[in-house]
Amino acid sequence: MAAQIRELRQRIRTVNSTKKITKAYELIATSRLAKAQTRVAASRPYAEEITGVLSALASASANLDHPLLTERKAPKRAGVIVVTSDKGMCGGYNANVLKATEELLALLRSEGKEPVLYVVGRKGVGYYRFRRRDITADWTGFSQLPYYVNAAEIGDVVVPAFLEGTENGGQGVDELHVVYTEFRSMLSQQPIAKRIAPMEVEYAPAERGIRSVYSFEPNAEALLGALLPKYVKTRLFSALLEAAASESAARRTAMKAATDNATELVRNLSRQANAARQAQITQEISEIVGGASALTGGAGSDE
Amino acid sequence: MRVAEMTVQLVAVERLLWSGTATSVVAQTTEGEIGILSGHEPVLGQLVEGGVVRIRTAGGELVTAAVHGGFLSVTGDGVSVLAEAAELAHEIDVEEARSALADADEVERARAIARLRAAGHSA
Repeated sequence: MAAQIRELRQRIRTVNSTKKITKAYELIATSRLAKAQTRVAASRPYAEEITGVLSALASASANLDHPLLTERKAPKRAGVIVVTSDKGMCGGYNANVLKATEELLALLRSEGKEPVLYVVGRKGVGYYRFRRRDITADWTGFSQLPYYVNAAEIGDVVVPAFLEGTENGGQGVDELHVVYTEFRSMLSQQPIAKRIAPMEVEYAPAERGIRSVYSFEPNAEALLGALLPKYVKTRLFSALLEAAASESAARRTAMKAATDNATELVRNLSRQANAARQAQITQEISEIVGGASALTGGAGSDE
Repeated sequence: MRVAEMTVQLVAVERLLWSGTATSVVAQTTEGEIGILSGHEPVLGQLVEGGVVRIRTAGGELVTAAVHGGFLSVTGDGVSVLAEAAELAHEIDVEEARSALADADEVERARAIARLRAAGHSA
């Protein structure tokens, strides 16, 4: 009996200390989430401007045959960039991204393309290493706070690989996809796969009325060649930022659930411990009463 | 005489550095230096790596920034300068830029020079 109470008290202590950890994680994730959301908002003006500039360029120059814009005739290899987190404790966040990736890989294989993996985040690297899959390149250490330089690093690897292609026996890729988690709301984050090359520029809606005719410095083709890789990097950067926001949101939700569960568990355990304590006291009293009456030869005497 | 004004935006990938009304913008494209006043014809230009952009605001102040990997877009509505990375003059760490001058990487050196020039120091 006493052993049971001790055991229950021990468990209550354990659950309480775990609860402290999950509570701290929850608070940290909340503040990170707010920060991530401001960064998503801060990156928006540039994304809008560069889209506007590209649209202007596209409507001004008649033939757009930059390799980043043209579909390959017989795509053989497809690059897939997977964005996962560096740390766990975020519920199904990584599992969902990796599941979406597996679906995309299966789809690519069924189309006769060999997938090439580029992995961002320690969790994704661990997942594929454990399964002994080939990872062409990986980047870790910035999943919660990505900077543009991180996106640029990735871009500097994948864009040349794409430009190399496979047509002349090259070991590049013919397509580029990115799988990341889209931030919809505090409660809903959806993994999505997007193709970033050959790309479809998201044109700004054409304005009615007089169109301004641009002059270019240097010429339109050279400008396009300089702008497109930057545009790819911008898309990668916004994917990283969204993934960071989603990660924090997922972690917050998971840790909140864990904290709530811990509270519930402590309540139940305390109830059990109290019941056991009461039972022990009751038993002790009845033992004393029983013992005393046996000594004084009260009820049940066999005189 | 009152000088005509235009709206100017200076945006880097991670944030909006400056926006407001200005009377002139001076930048270096790969073709050469370009000065823009209100009513300029629409231009799209690639800026030199490690360039300096000067904006004369409507209030008469001078906003200077070191701009790396940038583009300049002039439309009927105004001017926008897009940059991969940019720093306003008062944010620049002069000491750090000076030490970066010795960097082996040519791009880093060009950036350091631009930062020093934007901060009003000679390189």
